[in-house]
Amino acid sequence: MSGPLSGFGVVLARDLRLAFRRPGEMANPLLFFILITAIFPLGLSPEPELLRAVAPGILWGAALLSSLLALDLLFGSDYEDGSLEQLVLSGHSLPVLVLAKTTAHWVVSALPLVVVAPLLASALYLPQEAWGTLMLGLLIGTPTLSLLGAMGAALTTGLGTGSALLSLLVLPLATPILIFGARGVDLAAQGMDPVGPLYLLAAILFLALSLLPLAIAAAVRISLD
Amino acid sequence: MPCSDGTGSEGMLSKDTQEILMQAEALELWRGERCLFRDLSIELPEETVLHVSGPNGCGKTSLLRVLCGLSEPEKGEIRWRGRSIRNDREDYQQAFAWMGHLNGFKADLSARENLAFSVSLRRKTDNEVRNNILDQVGLTSAADLPCRVLSAGQKRRLSLATIMLSAARLWILDEPFTNLDAKGRDMITGLLNSHCASGGTAIVAAHQELGVEQRYLQHLEMEDKS
Repeated sequence: MSGPLSGFGVVLARDLRLAFRRPGEMANPLLFFILITAIFPLGLSPEPELLRAVAPGILWGAALLSSLLALDLLFGSDYEDGSLEQLVLSGHSLPVLVLAKTTAHWVVSALPLVVVAPLLASALYLPQEAWGTLMLGLLIGTPTLSLLGAMGAALTTGLGTGSALLSLLVLPLATPILIFGARGVDLAAQGMDPVGPLYLLAAILFLALSLLPLAIAAAVRISLD
Repeated sequence: MPCSDGTGSEGMLSKDTQEILMQAEALELWRGERCLFRDLSIELPEETVLHVSGPNGCGKTSLLRVLCGLSEPEKGEIRWRGRSIRNDREDYQQAFAWMGHLNGFKADLSARENLAFSVSLRRKTDNEVRNNILDQVGLTSAADLPCRVLSAGQKRRLSLATIMLSAARLWILDEPFTNLDAKGRDMITGLLNSHCASGGTAIVAAHQELGVEQRYLQHLEMEDKS
């Protein structure tokens, strides 16, 4: 077997291919993201000042919730059909393989949110100067959300008692991302420098990238024991 | 409590000249309040098929999962070619192929894609080799169907194809005969014989006779202790 990263590409390619076989499931988080953002103006009021003020929180909250949506599937289907066993026993480094699965999950469920975010931001009257911060923040914040979610999914896989527990596990850990992400957008919307919260998001991402795959791999092993 | 003893006396050849590939020493596993096995030792030289048998629920699958490293035993140690599998997990994993109750195939991928993925996790093969194997296990006509529509027996055959292509020295097969027709069962027997002939070794949990040549065969009879 060549190199510590062997297996990453194989698993990533398989999971992406599987996702594209089920475009309906794939579109689910994106649709959810759009719907949440769309109903707030209806419920609150159409005043631009109000919407502009709440937009960062709504957008980031919606992103956080939709990142929780498809987590069950991350390890659940592999657990049920036995391919998780085969992955664990494949002779590759398990943290690398779970990182590949999480990456595929992020590409499918979070990357589309980053792309449509400016569209929704404009619907909420968020000033254009803040769109870049919003996209950049989502780009470096959602991978952490996916990693945290993957850890929750790995811990609850095999318990059979689905997503309520998973959300309870993941949400408290994900709140810093929500706070820094929304704060960055807020600062940018007021014409201030958003770089502080963005740096913090990046720091959290690198921490998560280096530690969480190990935790996820350990949780997967436990779920199979 | 005396437990099943792994070192069967069936081997007729002078096994001392053969390399001992796997050793399991004094394994003990509990599930809740129940001891599934205790003081279970296995010594597995090359060119051997270890036939694990016993009543339902006696812990055959649990033993196999312990031997794979999927479950941790309460006590005992497993060594592959003299080295503990705990220290050398990835090396050990590359040396064996596991076929459990679940086949590990994605329902949305075709038989061909599933095989390609499973094999590519282990080594590089080209299309032709994979097509040959699919032909050998009798899946050529179904190769492009999604696994969702394959019968249980066909999926079993696809599992066998994966095992054949794994180039693993040790096969650990849990109830490989399930869902297979007579031809399929004969195929497994043939595969086990040729695997042994080429220096491999296998651990097979099954209720029926394996039909492999006597000189390869060892028995491990597990008892129900509930």
